[in-house]
Amino acid sequence: MLLRHTPTEVTERKALMINPAKTCQPIGAMYAALGIHGCLPHSHGSQGCCSYHRSTLTRHYKEPVPAATSSFTEGASVFGGQANLLQAIENIFTVYEPEVIAVHTTCLSETIGDDLKQIAHKAERDGKIPEGKYVIGAPTPSYVGSHVTGFSNMVKSMAQLATPGTPKNGKVNIIPGWVEPSDMKEIKRLASMMDIKITLFPDTSGVLDAPLTGEYKMFPEGGVTIKELKDAGGATGTLALGEWCSADAARWLDSKCKVPCTVLDMPFGLTATDRFVDVLRTVAGVSVPDSIANERGQLVDLISDMHQYFYGKKVAIFGDPDQLISMCEFLRSIDMIPVHVITGTPGKAFEKRIKEITADMPGEVNVKAKGDIFQLHQWIKNEPVDLLIGNTYGKYVARDEDIPFLRWGFPILDRQGHQYFPTAGYKGGLRLLESILNLLLDRKDRDDPEETFELVL
Amino acid sequence: MKKMRKVAIYGKGGIGKSTTTQNTVAGLATMGKKVMVVGCDPKADSTRLLLGGLAQKSVLDTLREEGEDVELDDIRKPGYGDTWCVESGGPEPGVGCAGRGIITSINMLENLGAYEESEALDYAFYDVLGDVVCGGFAMPIRDGKAEEIYIVVSGEMMAMYAANNICKGIMKYAQSGGVRLGGLICNSRNVDNEKEMIEELAKKIGTQMIYFVPRDNDVQRAEINRKTVIEWNPEVPQADAYRGLAKAIDDNEMFVIPKPLEIEELEQLLLDFGLMEVA
Repeated sequence: MLLRHTPTEVTERKALMINPAKTCQPIGAMYAALGIHGCLPHSHGSQGCCSYHRSTLTRHYKEPVPAATSSFTEGASVFGGQANLLQAIENIFTVYEPEVIAVHTTCLSETIGDDLKQIAHKAERDGKIPEGKYVIGAPTPSYVGSHVTGFSNMVKSMAQLATPGTPKNGKVNIIPGWVEPSDMKEIKRLASMMDIKITLFPDTSGVLDAPLTGEYKMFPEGGVTIKELKDAGGATGTLALGEWCSADAARWLDSKCKVPCTVLDMPFGLTATDRFVDVLRTVAGVSVPDSIANERGQLVDLISDMHQYFYGKKVAIFGDPDQLISMCEFLRSIDMIPVHVITGTPGKAFEKRIKEITADMPGEVNVKAKGDIFQLHQWIKNEPVDLLIGNTYGKYVARDEDIPFLRWGFPILDRQGHQYFPTAGYKGGLRLLESILNLLLDRKDRDDPEETFELVL
Repeated sequence: MKKMRKVAIYGKGGIGKSTTTQNTVAGLATMGKKVMVVGCDPKADSTRLLLGGLAQKSVLDTLREEGEDVELDDIRKPGYGDTWCVESGGPEPGVGCAGRGIITSINMLENLGAYEESEALDYAFYDVLGDVVCGGFAMPIRDGKAEEIYIVVSGEMMAMYAANNICKGIMKYAQSGGVRLGGLICNSRNVDNEKEMIEELAKKIGTQMIYFVPRDNDVQRAEINRKTVIEWNPEVPQADAYRGLAKAIDDNEMFVIPKPLEIEELEQLLLDFGLMEVA
């Protein structure tokens, strides 16, 4: 009982977070930056920030994560980090030759007020940025928002590479949000099945799921190219998947480049994927091929075959807002009951949306933005659940309360497969259901008395 | 619609920035301009005269007490002449980080849409604390924020020294962004040859002395009544002075990247004009 000190009685807490359900902004910015081809992320702050963010990404993706740092010292925090960043830009382009450096700030550089835009201009004026290469930047103070905010900020600065007035090119921009490389691949597969040319950004497939070949490549094959980003201003439309992760970038493209945007939920589960396919079809002006309808039919088939095992099962779930919204909707569509829902990311709109999705449930949902896993654990003690869904940090609760545990979200530090097998789209929905079923049925087989222990389920 | 002008007022502490800003804003308001004043001083006293007292809860106090779900009307109050008044606020002396406070509150105003076209502002004024002391205090002159800067100065050495220092800050941002120096406002301390000296200083920096505000106790009388001079008594000569400054700013077309002086040059200037008086 590692968490034996968690009391059942819920008392109001104001000043204390215990086991937060979020992490630093720069981790999100770094992950997004790795979705640009030939990009070296750069952390503008002290070395420790950079090390922590790299190692968290590496522990989740099991891939090397290169990133540079401005290596702040006492001097840099007094005099500002401009000199360090200028030197870093020069060194990086000389030594590692990336196509683009994606700088994000840290708590320290934000607090002392370093202005990335001004420093990048100076680097350009001083001739430190070689012809055809780029430095982009995003502010990412961790005392605001969460890792999701940092991701969104970096995606927005990627969008800002788009040139207003680019001639129309018939492509569709898809901003997938913070999903696995496997999910990004799945989104590309669905688009290609519909014969739609898309620009997906960021795109970490081919970067953070790269094969072991015996040869280390600092910049793997994958990622959206600078050219594609520049052309994003000429797209027919933009689909932003997830209000928290992707909407800011899409709205910027809409207002500055006149590329109309639609903000959708992330395509996890049946109905969210339906909406994604439907809007994509409409924006591109194509029809949905039978092959996609077939995949959808398989998902519906599995739902109806196994409905009796899903029905009425209570779920506690924590993670990031965009993922949770789609997942709760999916759980409801298979008659599961998400009773406790927590995200560490702030945003009152989240609570409202989850309440809408769960409005037809028996009993009211417990939902909290800016919550923590301690609170979730207390809720579970008060109203036990049949399944816990969340990132690896949930394993302590699952073990103490003896609950089947589905690892889904970020970070997953103790299991594999998430990089390779998608949970997005209809195929991904099948995988989600398979995982949930296995957990529920394993538990049933473990706990059923001998007289009801069945061969066929 | 005419583009909103974003103006930042800098100057040495105690030189009269807040007083000059508010009186000038009152002048602009009587010209029919829609103005928002953003006080960027932890003391939160940049809008006292427009509001008729320190009636306002600052952005950072609101943030601290009500969390992140703040609405625009929680942090701005209507003041004299249909102006909007905002106080950024900040920590008490000796704790926390006032510079970060300014970054936070300006970001928040932008996110809440205080500068949107729908607000139909003609001017946004930033009244900034003392000297450019850290990155946070330079926030109002970052790219896309204030585009024109006026430095309040007098004929006293330390005020001129501070003005010159501020020019160094402006130069750094002007080279990469759109910010420009609009001129020096001389807030007279009745120093000998003051007008000529500041005109010369302005010339050397590459700008102009946009206005010479004479010293007049009516300013203090109005302040005791918690009013701008124009509101307190629009007939007095000092009210004309502020109306004149407002018009000069409204008509101003001279925007430059300043060329700050070396300290020896500055000392020499003082010496030249100081000695002239002796002679």
